[in-house]
Amino acid sequence: MDEKLSRKLRILADAAKYDASCSSSGAPKRKADVGGLGSTVGSGICHAYTPDGRCVSLLKILLTNYCLFDCAYCVNRRSSNVKRAKFSVDEVVTLTVEFYKRNYIEGLFLSSGIIRSPDYTMEQMLLVAKKLRRDHGFRGYIHLKTIPEASPWLIEEAGLWADRLSINLELPTETSLERLAPEKDGASIESAMAQMFERIEEAREERRHFSPAGQTTQMIVGADETTDQDVLRTSAKLYGHYDMKRVYYSAFSPIPDSSAILPLKSPPLMRESRLYQADWLLRYYGFNVDEIASGGEQGMLDLDVDPKLAWALKNRHLFPVDVNRAEREMLLRVPGLGARAVDKIVVARKHTTLRLEDVARLTSGLKRARPFLITADHHPKAKLDRLDLRERLIEKPEQLSMFV
Amino acid sequence: MTLHRITLKCGADLQGFRRAVRWLIAEELAPQHVVFAIDDAPSLFGNEQTGDAPAVTIPKGVAQLIEHVVCHCDPERYALLYGLVWRALNGERDLLEVASDPLVHRIDMMARSVRRDLHKMHAFVRFRRMKGEEVERFAAWFEPEHFILAAAAPFFVDRFRSLDWTILTPLGSIHWNREALSFGLPARREDAPDEDSFEEGWRGYYESVFNPARVNPTAMRAEMPKKYWRNMPETAAIPGLIQTASQRVERMIEQEASMPAKRTPERALEAMFDQDPKSLEELNAIIAKAGPLVPGATQAVFGEGPLHADIMFVGEQPGDQEDLQGRPFVGPAGKLLTKAMGEAGIVREQAYLTNAVKHFKFDQRGHRRIHAKPTAGEVKHYRPWLMKELELVKPKLVVALGATAVLALSGKATPITRSRGRARFGDYEGYITVHPSYLLRLPDEATKREAYEAFLTDLRRIRDLAQADPETGELPLAAE
Repeated sequence: MDEKLSRKLRILADAAKYDASCSSSGAPKRKADVGGLGSTVGSGICHAYTPDGRCVSLLKILLTNYCLFDCAYCVNRRSSNVKRAKFSVDEVVTLTVEFYKRNYIEGLFLSSGIIRSPDYTMEQMLLVAKKLRRDHGFRGYIHLKTIPEASPWLIEEAGLWADRLSINLELPTETSLERLAPEKDGASIESAMAQMFERIEEAREERRHFSPAGQTTQMIVGADETTDQDVLRTSAKLYGHYDMKRVYYSAFSPIPDSSAILPLKSPPLMRESRLYQADWLLRYYGFNVDEIASGGEQGMLDLDVDPKLAWALKNRHLFPVDVNRAEREMLLRVPGLGARAVDKIVVARKHTTLRLEDVARLTSGLKRARPFLITADHHPKAKLDRLDLRERLIEKPEQLSMFV
Repeated sequence: MTLHRITLKCGADLQGFRRAVRWLIAEELAPQHVVFAIDDAPSLFGNEQTGDAPAVTIPKGVAQLIEHVVCHCDPERYALLYGLVWRALNGERDLLEVASDPLVHRIDMMARSVRRDLHKMHAFVRFRRMKGEEVERFAAWFEPEHFILAAAAPFFVDRFRSLDWTILTPLGSIHWNREALSFGLPARREDAPDEDSFEEGWRGYYESVFNPARVNPTAMRAEMPKKYWRNMPETAAIPGLIQTASQRVERMIEQEASMPAKRTPERALEAMFDQDPKSLEELNAIIAKAGPLVPGATQAVFGEGPLHADIMFVGEQPGDQEDLQGRPFVGPAGKLLTKAMGEAGIVREQAYLTNAVKHFKFDQRGHRRIHAKPTAGEVKHYRPWLMKELELVKPKLVVALGATAVLALSGKATPITRSRGRARFGDYEGYITVHPSYLLRLPDEATKREAYEAFLTDLRRIRDLAQADPETGELPLAAE
């Protein structure tokens, strides 16, 4: 691989890394044709992990980090002084194919700064996808970042070649968008999401290929004043209206050469992690936004305990719950019990009466669950009402070891 | 009672275990009377022979677990599995549903460990191109924890079918020659190539995607345990990345916000959003470049006629003839339309004719290409172009010929029978009638004639509506 290409790759991978999504999930199972290359597996594969604990699944790069937009939170905004580079279409195709052959990646996640015009940029990205599929018989995963300012026909095309499309909302409210991303427009973002949602649904019904792994989006957390409650409201809306496969939360992280209008501090990683937990409660545990928010204070989640535990601590009158009798819906609300553990409990108790040690085999969160649970041989009694219960259940922040 | 000793081959001996289970069950030997040994251990007891025995039906879930767990490296695996089978066949058929049972739990953990090892092998194998060979050939060295080679191989075949590759491990090797899979002897690390020309680029990529402000090596090691590192070229970068992370973050935080070095590119910004096609030629060039959004088609068939025509006719999609000639409405249905237009007093050359879908979608039957109806979703794919076309042509009246055109113009599916007549499509006066191909398909002459007359009546109204005064909406004399 030649030196120049390596250098560009470093710049354009660095420029793409603030996008949290890297998942290669949700594509229909495909195998390589004779002469072709690549396959997809249902839940995707992480081919490596970087020391920030994040998964490397797709070759996540920008076509270019030259950009006409000036979004304050973005390292690639036009007023930033970072190093710039631009790949040719063929360079991206070569990198994808050669990395793929060596089993480094599941496929490509291509995004780009806006050059010349949104349409021109989007067309270049489409060209990469077309070349991979047509010229190389590439059947691996392709995720394309859609440019909402591009003409609607380009979205119609993009879904035919990609497994997943996404548009980043980036900021949870219209006001923040206006202040921090002057070229972006909330309405055009939503209309592009709606357009993709419709086409994805239609194609699924007609059993045709159009972004079969659906669409996702990302919101930056901590670059503006939006509360967790409002972030979650926006998520609930996105899941409800556009059937998002995932909403990613990205803790605003200091970037090299940052803008003067944004906070320079360490990224609020714990907040990000609590939002993910809350997001899960929203989608799989039957909680609504207000219930989740009620576990915290003034619209912000409790950073010391997970949001389910926070809610349970404030609703102790609903506990303890009997593992051997309670409805599934109520078991899902027990801190420390995941959806999978609950499913196993519901099946197992048809055949046996569960004791504490049985529950211990089904979940790793027994410590949190204990004060809220009744089993054949355990009742928390007054422990549930102890004033120091919250303090006793706070997870000790894991020491971030600096040496491996 | 004596202990029965069953000897199985080294590795994942699924067949041997199945045979043993059949025999043991036929002999009604409970688990406490059986010991399982692995081939390479010298045998101390006799009584190893298992003959052929009839098949045993065991619950599906148990059979699936066995397939995974025989791959586990724990020498106890066969004894544990036989214990599970025995219980499932002796009154505990639904045993697996009790996930909290200690044996079920243990076997489930073993199955999970095997699945994880398989997954990690699929993820962490790194191929290197073999040197000095004309044809591309790849080889990798990998150290799995369990006996998973046979189970892991299909994944690599599905993915790298068109490549020659070999995976070498201390437990055996897998070879694929683009046609057949074969398993070979254990290998040594030195048997695999020691470098690859893309590895440096890959390492550079790996280093660049790491965000020092989020350093969390514990999370990394949970998913990528250290034992895998020595066979992954990118991991050489890890210590350096972690050591410099905090300095890098401090530097970013301490650094004051910088002033942009470049001026704001005013003109580029102005030009940026001025990207819409300004003419039909520009629009058609975009459509041509995109290629078909439906399967089939030789070329895109564009609309035809003058800008600002009074009437714009929208059909469904080009047919066989249109596809070959690259012009709309030139096949049998187009000829009928032209004739009817003439009879109704509409000059074809003064109208604008186009289709909702710009490419011919068909099924090949022998030498014939049979029209295939575009699905609603496919019609929608073409809709943004049609809307732009309408905006550029700006007719006084837009006519939907048939249901597909109605769907394309309105965005909603509407049956023709109920909506035939005047309509409104967004900002445009519209009219809905049948597609001329419908007239061709009618079975008998009488109905055909009747339908043709009705079509003519529609076309005459269309002509009159298009001549109506745009201000007052007043129709010319003798109309309506």
